[in-house]
Amino acid sequence: MIYARGLVKRFGDFTAVDGIDLEVAPGEAFGFLGPNGAGKSSTMRMIGCVSTPTAGELRILGMDPVREGPAIRARLGVCPQTDNLDPDLTVFENLTTYARYFGIPRAEGRRRATELLEFVQLTEKSGSTVDPLSGGMKRRLSIARAMINEPDLVLLDEPTTGLDPQARHLLWERLFRLKQRGVTLVLTTHYMDEAEQLCDRLVVMDAGKIVAEGSPRHLIETYSTREVVELRFGDDAPATYVEKLAGIGERLDPLPDRLLLYSADGDAAVNEVHRRGFTPSSVLVRRSTLEDVFLILTGRTLVD
Amino acid sequence: MDGTLAVFNRALVSYRRLWQASVFSSFILPVLFVLSIGIGVGGYISDVGGVSYLDWIVPGVLASTAFQMAVGESTFPVLGDFKWVRGFHAMRATPVRIADMISGYQLYIVFRVLIASVVFLGVSALFGAIHSPWVVLTPFVCALLGVAVSAPTSAFAATIENDSYFALLFRFLVIPSTLFAGVFFPVSQLPELLRPLAYASPLWHAVELCRAATLGVAPPWPVAAHVAYLLAWAGLGYLLALRAFRRRLSD
Ligand SMILES: Nc1ncnc2c1ncn2[C@@H]1O[C@H](COP(=O)(O)OP(=O)(O)OP(=O)(O)O)[C@@H](O)[C@H]1O
Ligand SMILES: [Mg+2]
Repeated sequence: MIYARGLVKRFGDFTAVDGIDLEVAPGEAFGFLGPNGAGKSSTMRMIGCVSTPTAGELRILGMDPVREGPAIRARLGVCPQTDNLDPDLTVFENLTTYARYFGIPRAEGRRRATELLEFVQLTEKSGSTVDPLSGGMKRRLSIARAMINEPDLVLLDEPTTGLDPQARHLLWERLFRLKQRGVTLVLTTHYMDEAEQLCDRLVVMDAGKIVAEGSPRHLIETYSTREVVELRFGDDAPATYVEKLAGIGERLDPLPDRLLLYSADGDAAVNEVHRRGFTPSSVLVRRSTLEDVFLILTGRTLVD
Repeated sequence: MDGTLAVFNRALVSYRRLWQASVFSSFILPVLFVLSIGIGVGGYISDVGGVSYLDWIVPGVLASTAFQMAVGESTFPVLGDFKWVRGFHAMRATPVRIADMISGYQLYIVFRVLIASVVFLGVSALFGAIHSPWVVLTPFVCALLGVAVSAPTSAFAATIENDSYFALLFRFLVIPSTLFAGVFFPVSQLPELLRPLAYASPLWHAVELCRAATLGVAPPWPVAAHVAYLLAWAGLGYLLALRAFRRRLSD
């Protein structure tokens, strides 16, 4: 579906995407995970054939995005990072006018619009204009719009950013159904839980480069431990405890407000902390997540 | 062609939602103009070259309505589709080509201008201001004028970042054209030095063609020359729009 070798995107002398390699297979759900400015959207725009690569090789659906842009775009569904719905048109009209861009006949466009509104649970809003819709509804409409041409490949740039947890879960559930139908999904996200929920495979991007690649589970196993203990020590700076707790678990990461202790067995690690005579003000043992992987790989948290 | 029609369709659907907002400027204002100036001011003016003032300004107001509508519809709506609504970015992600975006929108301008012209001519006929069957050509002259000014204005709108430039466009080009390009008084009344500026305006050519058609007389220049001048604006404007849209939509 997607094949890239040494893909580069420069804006002036700033390099946004710095030589990445990618392969996405049919039916796969593939994710780009990374902080602001990592180059996720720049990569997605090249894949969507709306931005020309500065260097490197890129094939989408076996075609060349520069020469065969319209033919590729006819088979893509794109949900951009910032919504570009028509605010003055109704929800339904947003879908039917968009259908025409793909040369879909009127009646067929209406049929698909009705079906897709059902799918994203916006049927009651069908006749409402877009302007007053909530952020989550607009996002769902954008996703429905991206499906209007029954695409082979769907590109979703931060589909759930800015949504409340409930709206996010509804979207995840819909995206999961798309995946079950065999649609190839490529998405970007800041959210670890989103990547874990939706992606079969993902790459972690930082400053234009891919710093790790694999399934969520594989990444966690490779770069983190099974469990993570979060320790807080009242007003003391967590960094001062790094030395005192050395040797417990496999790795210690001091954050401004807490100390992360990576260990295959969190409870055993906590016992050891107590045995050495330290009493943290709070202790939390949890499963390791991609967030931890990201922190280990880049030394930074994803949250700004 | 499919893409062009799809873009045209979207503009029509928008218009169906928002047409009330432009009823006054498209249909009512031109008639008020003719009533107040044609009949009101005309009462103090015996005639212009043997034609009653009302009959004389009807074709002028006809063309200038098309002119203002075509420019107006190509300023904020076009910039907005790049900056706020991002409708062109939405099209860009589909098989629609950049040429389709421009052609489809020009088709919409033609549609708007044709409707406004026909309505205005209907009202003018009630006042007895139409004197020749050639009048049937005037909506097409207005449509050509519409493209001649809408295409370059779209190019301009696609180039700028800030809508304050539109104020300059109106202040230095649109309003002076409307006032001095033969809509309300003959260009021959202007000082010799300023006349070329009126001749340069596409509006003047359309005004003269429309006036010739409603009065059944010959225009000042050969018809082909007036038409060619308008076509040149349309063609050049289209190329400029293509270039501006390409620049704005690709990186
Ligand atoms: N058109 C452009 N011109 C100049 N610089 C750009 C352009 N588009 C993106 N950039 C820069 O490229 C870098 C990567 O941007 P990109 O949008 O790809 O990041 P991202 O990973 O999607 O970030 P976010 O999570 O904030 O969406 C940023 O520093 C951005 O400022
Ligand atoms: Mg982005």
